[in-house]
Amino acid sequence: MTPAGDGLVPIEDPTQAVVGTGVPPIIAPGYTFGSVTDKIAAIVLARKTPLGWWLGFGAAFMLTLLLFAALSYLVVTGIGIWGNNVPIGWAFDITNFVWWIGIGHAGTLISAILLLLKQPWRTSINRFAEAMTLFAVACAGIFPLFHTGRPWLAYWMLPYPNTMGVWPQFRSPLIWDVFAVSTYATVSLLFWFVGLVPDLATLRDRSQSRIGGVVYGMLAMGWRGSAHHWHRYETAYLLLAGLATPLVVSVHTVVSFDFAIAIVPGWHTTIFPPYFVAGAIYSGFAMVLTLAIPIRAIYGLEDFITMRHLQNMAKVMLVTGLIVAYGYTIEAFIAWYGADK
Amino acid sequence: MTNAPLIYGLMAEFDDPNALVAATERAHHEGYRRMDAYSPFPIEELHKALGARRTRLPLLVLIGGLVGCLSGYLLQYWASAIAYPINVGGRPLHSWPAFVPVTFECTILAAALSAVVGMLALNGLPMPYHPVFNVPRFALASRNRFFLCIEAKDPKFDLEATRRFLETLGPRGVATVAD
Repeated sequence: MTPAGDGLVPIEDPTQAVVGTGVPPIIAPGYTFGSVTDKIAAIVLARKTPLGWWLGFGAAFMLTLLLFAALSYLVVTGIGIWGNNVPIGWAFDITNFVWWIGIGHAGTLISAILLLLKQPWRTSINRFAEAMTLFAVACAGIFPLFHTGRPWLAYWMLPYPNTMGVWPQFRSPLIWDVFAVSTYATVSLLFWFVGLVPDLATLRDRSQSRIGGVVYGMLAMGWRGSAHHWHRYETAYLLLAGLATPLVVSVHTVVSFDFAIAIVPGWHTTIFPPYFVAGAIYSGFAMVLTLAIPIRAIYGLEDFITMRHLQNMAKVMLVTGLIVAYGYTIEAFIAWYGADK
Repeated sequence: MTNAPLIYGLMAEFDDPNALVAATERAHHEGYRRMDAYSPFPIEELHKALGARRTRLPLLVLIGGLVGCLSGYLLQYWASAIAYPINVGGRPLHSWPAFVPVTFECTILAAALSAVVGMLALNGLPMPYHPVFNVPRFALASRNRFFLCIEAKDPKFDLEATRRFLETLGPRGVATVAD
């Protein structure tokens, strides 16, 4: 029996360390289908929210309030507070935008590309990496929106019939950004939610409280694990992975076009798209590790997110880090070698 | 249906996925057609064991992608060359290379939406009520148990004979599913 795709991996295989190599197993030995379900569902359903969570939430909430204060000051005063004195230039907000979009890319890479490459270890970390993607895209969205100075008019960037009689400039990479980022946010949300539906059904069936049962029940949409449903579900999930894979590459390519399509010396170069995509995956995996290592310790998930996962992610970071190093080197070399002064 | 209007079917519970696949194959061989198997994770063989056909979902996604592709391109052509022509440095109004990224994004967006909406629609979801949930032990179908339900609508269904048949498959138990 080989359950493919997004379901639980078969328990007997992944508990085996790779013989003679010292590579740790994907899941610690001794688990059954039932005990894996119980352990993970208990985090949501049974575990009391610890004091530490509230402290962390309080700290994060304070920082969010600081963001609101900064954004209010920005809207009242203008984007000059960023030191931006060129009306068509972006200040540090494009740095933040590129950084956050890049962070999100690791989530899509884990959920889509590793699924297509049949890497079963992804199932331990893919859902939370996808959730990270959604939050990262939401954070990224703040910067171009507020960079307009009047974010309540941001919908002007969308193509819709209007009394002004104008349409977006489709030759501009900034409009490509609008389409790339909104598509990316939508597809990431769909991917995350579709993956979550059978898990929500599990929570619905495990939930002891009436409210939990109703809320998880509505979110699970009546999922009952029928073989016919699973077949279409697996097909849809695989197709989504196949669609998200070129999408994730295209999104950061389009983001790099914000720089590379302009004829600014040093930026008008073909190394930008691959260099941006590799940098995105590099920093995104770093963020996945930054989140995964504390989460596995705090929630006691060392049996499911094992050293194997950390090793594999470190390998991806090593490869993409080398590609980024190559990008930096070539950028410096071309600046020295090229005619642009 | 007239003799037993309140019964949806009979449901057998199994401990492991291989037993469910074997039982489903036996039931299909026995001539049962209106049945479904339930598992906490996808089992590839199960779909074949039920004798089901391949899904039309990939075709829907292809159509969705093509519609997205064409409408994305036509929107840009119409907006840039017809509705609001702007001369930028003497470049042609129909500057197709610049239209590629947005066309691509529209293709992916429409195809992904078709995949999700198509999957839910073909599966008949959301479905708030289904008779299988009337069996209390069915809550384990999302944990570690595997179920085969032969529906009363099946022409070969007979409450006693079908129950006897299911008992021979070595289940943990057989439950009657109220409609």
